[in-house]
Amino acid sequence: MSDNKDMELIDENGKRLDGREFDELRDIKIEAGILKRADGSAYIEWGKNKVMAAVYGPREMHPRHAQEPSKAVVRARYNMAAFSVPDRKRPGPDRRSVEISKIISEALEEVVFVEMFPRAVIDIFIEVLEASAGTRCAGLTVASVALADAGIPMSNMIASCAAGKIDGHVVLDLGKNEDNFGEADVPVGIVPNTDKITLLQMDGNLTKEEYEEAMELAIDACDEIYEIQRDALKVRYSTTLEDHGEPDDEIEKIQEEA
Amino acid sequence: MSDNKKKNKRELLLPGDLIEESEEFKPGRGTFKKDGKIYAAKLGVKTFRSGYVNVAAQSGRYDPKKGDKVIGTITDLDSSIWMVDINAPFISILHVNDVPWRVEYGDTASYIDVGDAVLIRITDVDELKKTQVSMDEEGLRKLNSGQIIEIAPSQVPRVIGRKGSMISMLKNYTGCRIFVGQNGRIWIDGDLEGQYIAVKAIQMIEEKAQVLGLTNAVEEFLKKETGKDLDESGR
Repeated sequence: MSDNKDMELIDENGKRLDGREFDELRDIKIEAGILKRADGSAYIEWGKNKVMAAVYGPREMHPRHAQEPSKAVVRARYNMAAFSVPDRKRPGPDRRSVEISKIISEALEEVVFVEMFPRAVIDIFIEVLEASAGTRCAGLTVASVALADAGIPMSNMIASCAAGKIDGHVVLDLGKNEDNFGEADVPVGIVPNTDKITLLQMDGNLTKEEYEEAMELAIDACDEIYEIQRDALKVRYSTTLEDHGEPDDEIEKIQEEA
Repeated sequence: MSDNKKKNKRELLLPGDLIEESEEFKPGRGTFKKDGKIYAAKLGVKTFRSGYVNVAAQSGRYDPKKGDKVIGTITDLDSSIWMVDINAPFISILHVNDVPWRVEYGDTASYIDVGDAVLIRITDVDELKKTQVSMDEEGLRKLNSGQIIEIAPSQVPRVIGRKGSMISMLKNYTGCRIFVGQNGRIWIDGDLEGQYIAVKAIQMIEEKAQVLGLTNAVEEFLKKETGKDLDESGR
């Protein structure tokens, strides 16, 4: 959060810089199954953010000493492309991306049935191609879709969205300038079926009341985002449901007779 | 039975979707139970079989299941075991007692060596996903000729086709011997031209799995490529 309080973030009509209402999300588009060689993948455009996620696994964990004997490790790697921000980003992991990788891994581990794959790893690569505030939420949202696309067993997907405070007002889904010149930013990730919170951070300061208002805005928006996630997967698989198949255990018999 | 058919209606389920509220069914593969209700754990389609609700996955890696007949490749060997890669998250083990020959201790390599392909059956998957496989059964063997291609395991039913229509068509037109392992590996053996056409056709099935009338499209392709017309003579 910057100390620069000169920037006007809300105009006289009570609209935000990009014309949004306080409780309005930016446009979100998700596409599932965009990479052929990954086990699962997805791409999201969230306002001016462009983020891609690829899932590989479950597969054998290397290095072996990192294996967990009774469960799979969920290993997310958040990475920003050098060209994703106006000034060139120095490539490679840094303090910020290590932190985001960790919180996304932990948020997703909550829903994945890790005990089904002892000693294995589920790799999730999140590549930020263009960044414009809210990439960790976009990354977590798109990673959930990629996990579902990869056929990973999990209790639910995770939807994520940020709320914050600009010019003294609590608003939803901060844009670039609102993030830079606003007073607070609270990214939230929830399990939509149970409303369980799996990601929660706060940058800046909020009063207890403002915090509660921000949480309510963010959680309502997550339900909206969850529907977009579901639609993306339904579009991807709508045409593959034609019934060709026989039950699993009859395949062998049929094949031998043929 | 018609009741079962109705319940098997194809509808896409996503992780966390409610499938059954009644106590009538038990949670099967690809599902989980919470507060007495059954939910989908995977993206897929629900099926009801012998008292269980299952979700048949529409994507993802091969999940080994006891009784599956699969194609594996040997990755490593020891004095009394072979390690077999069956396209699953974990390596599986083939013990010398589970092959049709009497293998002297330490003589494993002279029967099956690293890199060889084998047709095997999964005999056990334990809680830790340690997988045992066996070759000691009629029809299971080392694959000495032909080639192996890989498709997504979820596409296996499509390559087989309804009542085996697709696979028998592939065999009749190309003259190849074809076996589809449930782990998504397909073994094709025959003359080179036939193999080439079979591979092309299978790739077509995988890419156009969603196209309506896929069987007809593949038949057209096979007719064109092989110059045969088995409409009447072919079964």
